[in-house]
Amino acid sequence: MFLTYLLRELSNRRKQTVIIAAGMALAIALVIVVSGVAAGVKNAQSSVLESVYGVGTDVTITQTAEPGADGPGQRFAFGSGDGTTTDDGSTEVAQSTLSAARGTATFDSSALTTVEGVEGVSAVTATLSLQNSSFSGTLPDFSQGGAGGAGAGGTTSDGADAGAQAAPPTGGADGAGGSAFDVDQFSVTGLDPAADAVGPLTSASLVDGRSFTADDAGADVVVLDQTYAVSAELAVGDTVSVGGTDFAVIGIVASTSSDAATASDAYMPLDTAQAVSGLTDQISDVYVTAASASGVDALKADLQAALPDATVSTQSDLASSVSGSLSTASDLIGKLGTWLSVVVLAAAFLIAILFTVSGVSRRTREFGTLKAIGWSNARITRQVAGESLVQGLIGGVVGVAVGLLGILVVNIVAPTLSAAATTEAAGPGAGGPGSAAGGGGFAQQVTQATTDVALHVPVAPSVVLLAVGLAVLGGLLAGAVGGWRASRLRPAEALRSVA
Amino acid sequence: MTDTRTTPTTAPTAASETDPTTASGGTAPMYTLTAVTKTYQQKKRTVKALDGVDLVIPAGQMVAIQGPTGGGKSTLLQMLGALDRPTSGTVGLGDSDLSAAGHRALAAARARDIGFVFQGFNLIPTLSAAENVETAFADGSTPRAERRAKAEAALASVGLAERAGHLPSELSGGQQQRVAIARALVKEPTVLLADEPTGSLDEATRDEIMDLLEGVWRDRGLTLVIVTHDSDVARRAQRRLCIADGRVAELGPAA
Repeated sequence: MFLTYLLRELSNRRKQTVIIAAGMALAIALVIVVSGVAAGVKNAQSSVLESVYGVGTDVTITQTAEPGADGPGQRFAFGSGDGTTTDDGSTEVAQSTLSAARGTATFDSSALTTVEGVEGVSAVTATLSLQNSSFSGTLPDFSQGGAGGAGAGGTTSDGADAGAQAAPPTGGADGAGGSAFDVDQFSVTGLDPAADAVGPLTSASLVDGRSFTADDAGADVVVLDQTYAVSAELAVGDTVSVGGTDFAVIGIVASTSSDAATASDAYMPLDTAQAVSGLTDQISDVYVTAASASGVDALKADLQAALPDATVSTQSDLASSVSGSLSTASDLIGKLGTWLSVVVLAAAFLIAILFTVSGVSRRTREFGTLKAIGWSNARITRQVAGESLVQGLIGGVVGVAVGLLGILVVNIVAPTLSAAATTEAAGPGAGGPGSAAGGGGFAQQVTQATTDVALHVPVAPSVVLLAVGLAVLGGLLAGAVGGWRASRLRPAEALRSVA
Repeated sequence: MTDTRTTPTTAPTAASETDPTTASGGTAPMYTLTAVTKTYQQKKRTVKALDGVDLVIPAGQMVAIQGPTGGGKSTLLQMLGALDRPTSGTVGLGDSDLSAAGHRALAAARARDIGFVFQGFNLIPTLSAAENVETAFADGSTPRAERRAKAEAALASVGLAERAGHLPSELSGGQQQRVAIARALVKEPTVLLADEPTGSLDEATRDEIMDLLEGVWRDRGLTLVIVTHDSDVARRAQRRLCIADGRVAELGPAA
């Protein structure tokens, strides 16, 4: 009787059933999509962090750059004898320097030994983040007029007279006295070639060639990021100039995440990087794996105590360093999405309750009759609650379907979010204006690993169950209120109201 | 399992043998009302719907209650039907005191002992005739097959065996009232209370329904109380009561 009566009521009061179920479905779909997108954004953040810090890194240690520590910026100095003079008198110059990345503070590698001695450390490795900057160009022949010099092409110290007497330069890039300069930059990370448990390359997979071995220590070899190798048209076996030294490309790696690049454009043995950059016994990052996941916070405190001048960050600290549209999406989902879900869910619950109560009011005569023929309050409450529960369930099932469809659409569209994970904390005033060469300035050095991440929204069974649970809860809540109203009806008054 | 069905203190005689001119006629009383008063609060005014009613209705008697609108007929029927409790006084149903019973006990008495027939039929519009009859099994414990068999038998007894699957909206007024009577009888109550059972019907249908009710009363020996404005209906009863201003008066036996 319970089921028969319930199904008849739902099918004969379709409008009410559809409105309650639709409201619930909308709320449930929103909860599923928002939860899924939130999980997707979180995964994207993890992906970005893993691409920068590697898999298994629980704690990173860096040191904050002092304001102004980077000096005036990258400079290239050429002596009078530098360069190669061509037949038309032009001078071709080229220089490549390897130095600490802007905003990166280096510190003594003894910190690594200190970290190894801290209890709770499972694995540790150190890296040195560098920036390779190369400059090449062609200068015209300033000797033609006899009064050339550094002032050619500009204003001389002698003023207008000197300028008037100077003959125009010849040769150069365009053969008519012009100049052309190429400026190139790429990031380089020096790492322990024997470290495979922790570090930036743990999140990378080998695409071509080979990876580092312990024997590569001190060797002039590099492993390139696939994205960089493609853009620079480099392959395994080629030679690339880093800091003025030729390095053999032994391997190409790519991020294990299809959504992001690896942390650096090029990787080389740490001791080689230190030697070429002149930063002997210096490191910039220490990657630490904790012995237990639950002990990360305690380990952070111990490391901070052991290295009071260092910046010790856990993965959760690092998550806040992810910026860009990914961060915006995270904020949007975290704040607007969650509140929207809560508001819509509350509205759906309210609609279900109001419609159920309204339905009970319309059925006063019906419930009065049932009471008159002996139905107990409990049975009437069960009947009303059962109807609401099924309406909630219908809404829940439809909501899950719509939610999954929404997730499918998001995954098909796969919106791309840009993310930038700050790898070093630059102090205020660090950096300064980039130096210019031949009138062209370097792009400002970026201390972030910027990457585009395609948003993939996962479907968690627990979220689906939660959504169905919420629908059941909404139905039960509406049923409880409606059933309570129905049970409060006094049979005599219920019958009198229609007499 | 103990049968908790309400029984008069002595076995009732057949209805046809009951002396309608006396309160008890020598049979055990089904209802015993003593100094029953019911007052309602309407805004700031106190309305006395029943005013010290003393009444005995013997088991198996057919009683008609008449009176002007607002005189207390429906309130008296609610007291008899365990739908409400008096403000003061006692209402005895067999050996049960309804005036002292709680909500659950009243609901149980309604489910077990009392059948209702209403002027507006009061069928559940979404349920078929048979399903409406099945709602009378109020405790929900009767097996489905048994429930359905009894409902179909009850419908057959009121001449609606062929209409078991029809919705109320597919039935005429007289047929709907027959379904309501089948619903009231299917649980085999000791009392049948009818509130203006023919008030919504034409004359011919009225007579059909009254023939049906009278036949059921005679065949089953149950106590039948009919509230009616219709003197033709009232004249069919063994005993006629008039209630006005909350007081009950005997009008005597049917003419």
